Parts: sequence; C-alpha cells; structure tokens
Amino acid sequence: MTMTQTGAVGAHNAKVMNRFELTKRLVGQLKRDEAVVGGIGNANFDLWASGQRPQNFYMLGSMGLAIPIALGVALAQPQRHVVALEGDGSLLMQLGCLATVAMQAPKNLTMVVWDNGLYQITGGQPTASASAADLVAIARGSGLANSTWAADEDDFDRLFAAALKGGPSLIAVRTDNKPGVGTTDRDPVQIRARFMQGLGVKRTP
Amino acid sequence: MNDTTVRATWHEIVLASLKSNNVKLVVYVPDKVFRPLIKALHADAFFTTFAATREEEAIGIVTGAWMGGMRGAVLMQTSGFGTIPNALASLVVPSQIPALIFVSERGTLGEFNLGQAMVCKTMRPVLDSLGVETHTITRHDELAFIIDRSIKQAVATQAPVTFILSPLLTGGKVFEA
Repeated sequence: MTMTQTGAVGAHNAKVMNRFELTKRLVGQLKRDEAVVGGIGNANFDLWASGQRPQNFYMLGSMGLAIPIALGVALAQPQRHVVALEGDGSLLMQLGCLATVAMQAPKNLTMVVWDNGLYQITGGQPTASASAADLVAIARGSGLANSTWAADEDDFDRLFAAALKGGPSLIAVRTDNKPGVGTTDRDPVQIRARFMQGLGVKRTP
Repeated sequence: MNDTTVRATWHEIVLASLKSNNVKLVVYVPDKVFRPLIKALHADAFFTTFAATREEEAIGIVTGAWMGGMRGAVLMQTSGFGTIPNALASLVVPSQIPALIFVSERGTLGEFNLGQAMVCKTMRPVLDSLGVETHTITRHDELAFIIDRSIKQAVATQAPVTFILSPLLTGGKVFEA
C-alpha cells in the first residue's frame, strides 16, 4: 500500500469518486426539506459549496459528532428524513455511535461516509481505513445491516434514493484526495439559528 | 398533627422536574448512583431514554434533538465528564445549546478511586472557564427549585447548565472497606 493511494480497503472494487460531485448529486435528490448534517472539515465545506439550504447544519468543531447530532434531529422530527455526511477520520473517532443508531433504528436516518483514507485537512496522514479498517464491515458489525459501498456514481444515486425511503442506512463512498470546494462561514450561532428555522422550530424573522 | 406525607426521593424529584419542563429525551452513560433514576425513566413512556456509548456522543444527540425541537438531558458520572470538554467548547457553548447535564458526583466525600478523584478536580474549573452555569446540589429541600428554575433559565437564555448531584444528596457510592 502506497501513501498516495486514496480510498478504502473495504471496497477495492469500488470506483474512487469525488466528494463534491457526489454531494451535489445527493442534494439534488432532496425534495422534502430533508435535514443534512455536515461533519467537520471537507464534508461540510462541500455541503456548503453545494448550496446553502436552511435545512443544512454545518459543524465547526466537535469532530465525530455528525451522526449523533443527526440522530438527535431524527428522534425529534420522525417525519423528516435526516442525512449525516461524515468523513472516515471523524467516524473512526466515534465508532460507538453506529451501535447506538442501530439500537435506536430510526427509519428516517441516512449516514453517508466519505472515505478517502486520509486525514485530509491536517496534511493527508493515512487513516486506519486506508490500510486496515473496512467501515462498512464495522457498520454491519455494529448492527446496521443496511450498510453498503457505492460502486460508482449511478450506484450511489440508487442507494441514496432507496435510503430516503426508509432506514437507517449507511452508504460508504471511496473518494479522491481533492480538497473541499467551499469554506463554511464560521458563525455557529447563525448556523444553528438558520438550521432551526429550516426545521420549523424557530420563527423566521 | 401527624405528617403522613411520604417524602419524594431525589430521583423522583429529578424525573418530575424533567417531565414538568417537557424534557422528553434523556441519554445517559450508566452510573450506579443514577441507577434508580435511569430505571424510572425507562419505565415512564413519556421519556425517550437510552444509553450512548460515550458521554460526548450523548451531548451530540441532545444537541441535535434541541435543534429539532425536542428538549434533552444527559446523565453521566464524574469520570465521564472528562470526555466532553471538546463537545462543550466547540459545539454546545458556541452554538448556544441548552443542554441539561446531570453529573453524579464521584471523587469526593469518601471516594476510593483516585481516577475519579482527579477528574472531579478538573470538572468545576473546566465548567467555570467555559462559563457554563453549574449547580452543586447537596440539599434535598433545594433540589426541585434548583432544577426546575435552571431548566427554565437554560431554555430561555439558550445556555447549557450542569447539575452536580453531591453524595450529600444521593448517598453516593459507598466503599465497602
């Protein structure tokens, strides 16, 4: 295994895709004001760059908590579908959350894992998923039976469309090492307030 | 005159205060002192309650729930507090989330585990440096007032609050020497 290779060991047959392109495809499928929680770093930078929906929450810290935050939203609003976008390094930091999601089994939660095998934002150090850990196998072993590698872009579209119909589902994607496209405005109060307005919890001024 | 009123236990008062303030979600990492509270929460259909694998995960869950319109509390023991400063400093405090944090106090008044005692020493300085409202509750007659008023303040001011439940209130965990 060379240090320049990206993507996950668990999906050696899957195509290496681009996170921003797939983020745009994902957002393009959202027609019912679904909530999206973007994990710290490039997951939320690309979500920001894909267009700022009021139902998007952009994490500025608390690495690893995208899925727990999304679970909380899903419990609070069972009629709304919630999508968590998380990177491999972040997920590896908080693997226990997969078991918690499996135990709660919310039908309205989809987890998308962008796996480039890199701590990309800190200089491209390899994560355990680059050489050892299969995140889909970990998710399945945590009790999330509906966990799948996306083979290519069309497969991702199909898997995500199915996930929106009922979950919990986890879709893992091998991604390349291109940097995030945008940069999220770092205003946590504004991000939180807009998200709550987007979810109908807070009045829109 | 005979007073036949049976005094409510500390955990009955906590549960009643959560319920009267519409705090429906309670996520915990188990603690032996909190065992009767956790058992009662599970037995009451009003509450959605379950264990998280780690305290900072529980903080993330109640943060999401609050943004989705559901009030939530987190239960943990003192050592578990050591896992949450980053979640407080980079999520709860800057995003103004009224997370309700209940800590069963270990590390003092008869502690037998030095690890608990050391985390206990860090807990209040961390909370103070983050500006998180913190109440150490030692007295049964003050419990309902402190929790009820502080939940209302947390929600109204969009700020977290920590309740440290002292062994003086709960009896704590006794070391069988």
